[in-house]
Amino acid sequence: MASKPVAGFTCQANGENRSGRASHSCRHQSESESDTGPSPKTLARLCSRDEEERTAALEELSHGVLVCLGLDRLGSARISKQTLLHLLRLSSSCPLQEVRERATELLRTAQEKGVQVPRALVSGPSAFIPAKEILKQGANQDILIESFLSLGRVDHITMVMALHPAYLSCFLRTQHALLELDGPLPRHWRHYITIMAAARHHCSYLVQQHSAGFLEAGGEESWLSGLEHAPTKLSSLQTLNKLLAHRPWLITQQHIQELVCPGADPRWSLAELIHAVVLMAHTHSLCSFVWGCGLNPEPDHIGGYTFQPPSPDHLPRSPHSPAHEEGRQELVDGAMEVEVLMKRMVELQQQEEEYTQEEMATRFERERSESIPTAVVRGAPPDLVLCLVEEPEFRYEDFAPRGEQAPPTMRAQDYSWEDHGFSLVNRLLPDMGQLLDEKFQVVSNLTYHRMAMHEGVDTHTLRKALWNYIHCLYGIRYDDYDYGSVNVLLERSLKVFVKTMACHPEQTSARIYHTFWRHFRHSEKVHANLIVMEARLQAALLYTLRAITHYMR
Amino acid sequence: MEKMSRVTTALSSNTISGRTMFCHLDAPANAISVCRDATQVVVAGRNIFKIYSLEEEQFVEKLNLRVGRKPSLNFSCADVMWHQMEENLLATAATNGAVVTWNLGKPSRNKQDQLFTEHKRTVNKVCFHPTEVYMLLSGSQDGFMKCFDLRKKESVSTFSGQSESVRDVQFSMKDYFTFAASFENGNVQLWDIRRPDRYERMFTAHTGPVFCCDWHPDDRGWLATGGRDKMVKVWDMTTNRAKEIYCVQTIASVARVKWRPERKFHLATCSMMVDHNIYVWDIRRPFIPFATFEEHKDVTTGIVWRHQHDPDFLLSGSKDSTLYQHMFKDATRPVDKANPEGLCFGLLGDLAFAAKESLISSDANRKPYPGGDRRYPIFFFKKPDQTEQFAHVSSALSVFETDLDSNRMDWFVKTAQLYLLSGKPFAELCDHNAKVAQELKRPQVSTTWTMLRIMFSDPANLPAPGLNHNLIKPGTLPLMSSFSMKEMGSGIGTESRLERSKGDSRQDNSHLEPGNSHISNNNEENEETEGSEGQAEYMFGDAELDDDDLYSMEHDNQTEEPEYTLPQEAFQLRHEIMDNPSAPEHLQQDKADSPHVSGNEAEVTCLTPIESFSLISISQPLFSPHLPASFFCPIVREMLSYYAEQGDVQMAVSVLIVLGDRIRKAIDDLTQEHWYMSYIDLLQRFELWNVSNEVIKLSTCSAITCLNQTSTTLHINCSNCKRPMSNKGWICDRCHQCASVCAVCHHVVKGLFVWCQGCSHGGHLEHMMNWLKSSAHCPAGCGHLCEYT
Repeated sequence: MASKPVAGFTCQANGENRSGRASHSCRHQSESESDTGPSPKTLARLCSRDEEERTAALEELSHGVLVCLGLDRLGSARISKQTLLHLLRLSSSCPLQEVRERATELLRTAQEKGVQVPRALVSGPSAFIPAKEILKQGANQDILIESFLSLGRVDHITMVMALHPAYLSCFLRTQHALLELDGPLPRHWRHYITIMAAARHHCSYLVQQHSAGFLEAGGEESWLSGLEHAPTKLSSLQTLNKLLAHRPWLITQQHIQELVCPGADPRWSLAELIHAVVLMAHTHSLCSFVWGCGLNPEPDHIGGYTFQPPSPDHLPRSPHSPAHEEGRQELVDGAMEVEVLMKRMVELQQQEEEYTQEEMATRFERERSESIPTAVVRGAPPDLVLCLVEEPEFRYEDFAPRGEQAPPTMRAQDYSWEDHGFSLVNRLLPDMGQLLDEKFQVVSNLTYHRMAMHEGVDTHTLRKALWNYIHCLYGIRYDDYDYGSVNVLLERSLKVFVKTMACHPEQTSARIYHTFWRHFRHSEKVHANLIVMEARLQAALLYTLRAITHYMR
Repeated sequence: MEKMSRVTTALSSNTISGRTMFCHLDAPANAISVCRDATQVVVAGRNIFKIYSLEEEQFVEKLNLRVGRKPSLNFSCADVMWHQMEENLLATAATNGAVVTWNLGKPSRNKQDQLFTEHKRTVNKVCFHPTEVYMLLSGSQDGFMKCFDLRKKESVSTFSGQSESVRDVQFSMKDYFTFAASFENGNVQLWDIRRPDRYERMFTAHTGPVFCCDWHPDDRGWLATGGRDKMVKVWDMTTNRAKEIYCVQTIASVARVKWRPERKFHLATCSMMVDHNIYVWDIRRPFIPFATFEEHKDVTTGIVWRHQHDPDFLLSGSKDSTLYQHMFKDATRPVDKANPEGLCFGLLGDLAFAAKESLISSDANRKPYPGGDRRYPIFFFKKPDQTEQFAHVSSALSVFETDLDSNRMDWFVKTAQLYLLSGKPFAELCDHNAKVAQELKRPQVSTTWTMLRIMFSDPANLPAPGLNHNLIKPGTLPLMSSFSMKEMGSGIGTESRLERSKGDSRQDNSHLEPGNSHISNNNEENEETEGSEGQAEYMFGDAELDDDDLYSMEHDNQTEEPEYTLPQEAFQLRHEIMDNPSAPEHLQQDKADSPHVSGNEAEVTCLTPIESFSLISISQPLFSPHLPASFFCPIVREMLSYYAEQGDVQMAVSVLIVLGDRIRKAIDDLTQEHWYMSYIDLLQRFELWNVSNEVIKLSTCSAITCLNQTSTTLHINCSNCKRPMSNKGWICDRCHQCASVCAVCHHVVKGLFVWCQGCSHGGHLEHMMNWLKSSAHCPAGCGHLCEYT
């Protein structure tokens, strides 16, 4: 836990209190590093909505840094590592141009003064998507600025999601409500639960981000070194966390009962439990997104920066897309694929064939148990993450093809989000139901009426197929859906990607990302990512909520 | 029509009979429907499709429509309806999007008649036309409604709702061509069956999905809708705009709503989640259900009145796989269980009391209400009456006022404001609080504080017994350790005792009341029963002070009313209600009828030996300053409970806070929380916000400290464009103006903002105050005559 630079950063607007505490925690951390840099308060003021205030803060910041540098004629690093990382992050990700430029300039000055200056190891937020695709100046700049002002930073998740501003705004709203607004769980607990959930998918990106949030919210540092240091009430969530992440269909009312019933030792109230469940499910699906878009570590995360000067032949690792390198033949093939897909979509909509019950069931089973090779073994996850996971070998398991012990299918008509899930969430955690509902609706209606190079396309069937395929992977079946169309519309490479992302997100690789939909825009692939993420979230929620409903019965 | 319905009613009352009964189904039901003559019911669900006949005593399975080895998804029903004209005709809506009709007259085992697979998604609802035999309407998840003519192979018209998910469709009972459709997005549309191109009318009925709607069987204009937002609304459709005329707030999302036959204002509802009961509401009394059926163990999915002219039989199917027939006479009437009386204390001791008139009128003190007895049965008997309804429940409200002069809660406010709870060393806090209590003429509280100081002070700091005279400050002088120890030991649980001892010691000075002799007697008794105690008292009076000296300070302070103080604070409210005696009478009364006055019970009980717990025997060692403070915890706990029970929760909480860790572990968290809550509640009623906040902050209960963390968000709207301010900061991001500008100085107000309720202009508190001193008009120049009070 070397870097905790967000400490002073996320506090703004309402808070003598909070900034006071934050500055305290910052001081505490940096004592050993003899920090004389600008106070976190200055950094918080950078997020002020008042332009003058921001300018003043910027001046103060540069003054502070320059004083630090000036005082020290010997050239040793008297300026704290954290300040440097702040500057690095500002210089690379702040949507406000003047701040970005000033930060770069300060870093350069520092370097000239002989201070070892960190530099970002990666360029751009995603390893899969070229930075220039994402950092286009444009309409979505507003929402980036907005999120910088309100969150104090623009992280890679936000940057990538900003390709779909309509979704981003309701995503941020939900996340803010989950982590910051009124709710039954204390704030540092919320971050800790998020960390627990992210660790299940070895997502060190989220773990680092929320560790910072956790400490800032007043959490105890020792908890981060292992689950055994956290209160038993929190660690009793482990089983649920595990199931929710990998096999939510196994969650039964017993699991709920163990946590909620009066006899349980560290007893959870239903409201707390729902809050925790939504947090966990939200995080699990967000892990899918982080892996699925190949997000790079933040410049101030471990692995996101280095103090080593670049070697002469170093080129910043830039994401490359195989599509760009492969031969013309590939390109032609790719174009063909799009044409074929378009044709199939049209055909499907006209199709009037009738299938027997038997046939429909078979089709569902076939999709569900189709063997999609996903097991690309990666290196062991970092210790940072591993110490927060129990039973790391528990994973998503393919449904046996029509096997005896196949878990029962959940019928979407019998327990749906609209009819049942929403009411339950809204009852126990007011407003959250509304926010989630809104998010599901936005993602299911999101379309730009275009596909690869074609405009004016109705992509509804394709989106529906994606959504239902993911639910199918989680054992949820729609009576009124013909799973044959999944097979028709989703090419195998896409299925590999979707299944990997939804079920084994930590195994997503650049190769998998680049091999599907080769002619589609990156923003369209991100769109697919969003669908996977939300469908997965809903599936996990439905199973848990059903178990809770059964418990309440 | 009127005539006809009466005829059928008469007919039905002959034919329909039965009792509350149920039968087990093999699988959860999704919907039920009855045939016209009310003798049979069809139950449909994902894995069930059966017809039961309704016998006198039981349900009898007549027919299983689910045939075949592997029944197709067409049998998986979301809804079912039995035709009300043609008794062999049924229709089902399947979850896979099929609409199926069934002809019971078919000779073969499979009764399936027609199959329409035009919908792309699950069909949520089917509905037969009430008078037309061949007309069937369906509403589906795909947003379309289709009208089928059963003589043709396909639909005759398709209605597009232009939105996701039709949840319910219902033909109007009276208008031949009209039907209503409710949607997932909260809208309700009215359609003319002849015009499939466009709806006649649309309005937003609910936030979130409208799960159901039902036309009133008699009143052509009324449509009831129920939604996920937990409301049932009744709309009057006869006017130009649909007008909401009644609204019932339930506790869970409303899945079905059905008007009750023959009762204009009654409707039945059931819920889709969490709540398993069926409610019958009188829409004019929306706060409490008229009747409740509580038989189901899981959510009720289908309800239907057995006969369209009989209000007494309700059938219901549920996810718990049972089918019930409910008799109205067996329903629970929540009204009966509702508390018929309400009681509330005002801040200053006023008391408001509301009760059903019938109850009050039977009060001996009042003139009996004429006819009260006759009215009684209406409320308490379940006998179905033709006029079966809530009406005529009227309550009488009485307000008992206290004399303003005797508003003696002053002490509470003063104490709350003057007490110090933190910020100083423990001993000083105690001394300070003791002094406060002393000044407010509450000697026993004061004494308690002093004793606490002595008990819990660090032994090293505790003045040696011999030095008492020199070290103890004048204000607390007489309470040297020896004596107070003893008092604590014996009488701490019952403060009145303390008081009495004092009274005893005052005998020489105030031989006023006849009651005094009692007191001294009491004390003597005490000495007898608790021999050692008595000894201790006098032996440890060895500081050579006599009792008079011990209490000399108190005498000075309260020469006039030495003894009334106790009742004043602890029992005042009760007495206030009954009568309002001046203080001496009060005392007299206490003495006279002590058995009736609970306040005296404390006194009475403390005379019994039970109270004299064995502490006394070690009261001498107590004297030693080496005793660990924890030794006193049980006693202090008891004392706190005593105070709390006597209504002085202020004392309990204050001591709790001041003692902090010294006592906290000795008292269980729930009790502490309870005390805190009560005290905070009291403080807030007296608008002592600062004190209450301090208490919340100082409390150690997690449940209390988190009070300060809830509802800390304040939503504001921009004063220019009236839109919510989503941002932090002072500039509205819509109209780019500063939101709260002072009308006087035109700067942004950060901090206290005061505005006129009349014209809504405002600004800095100070500016407004000054402005309105000199001018009567609004500073914004709007011409409004603002007032500042």
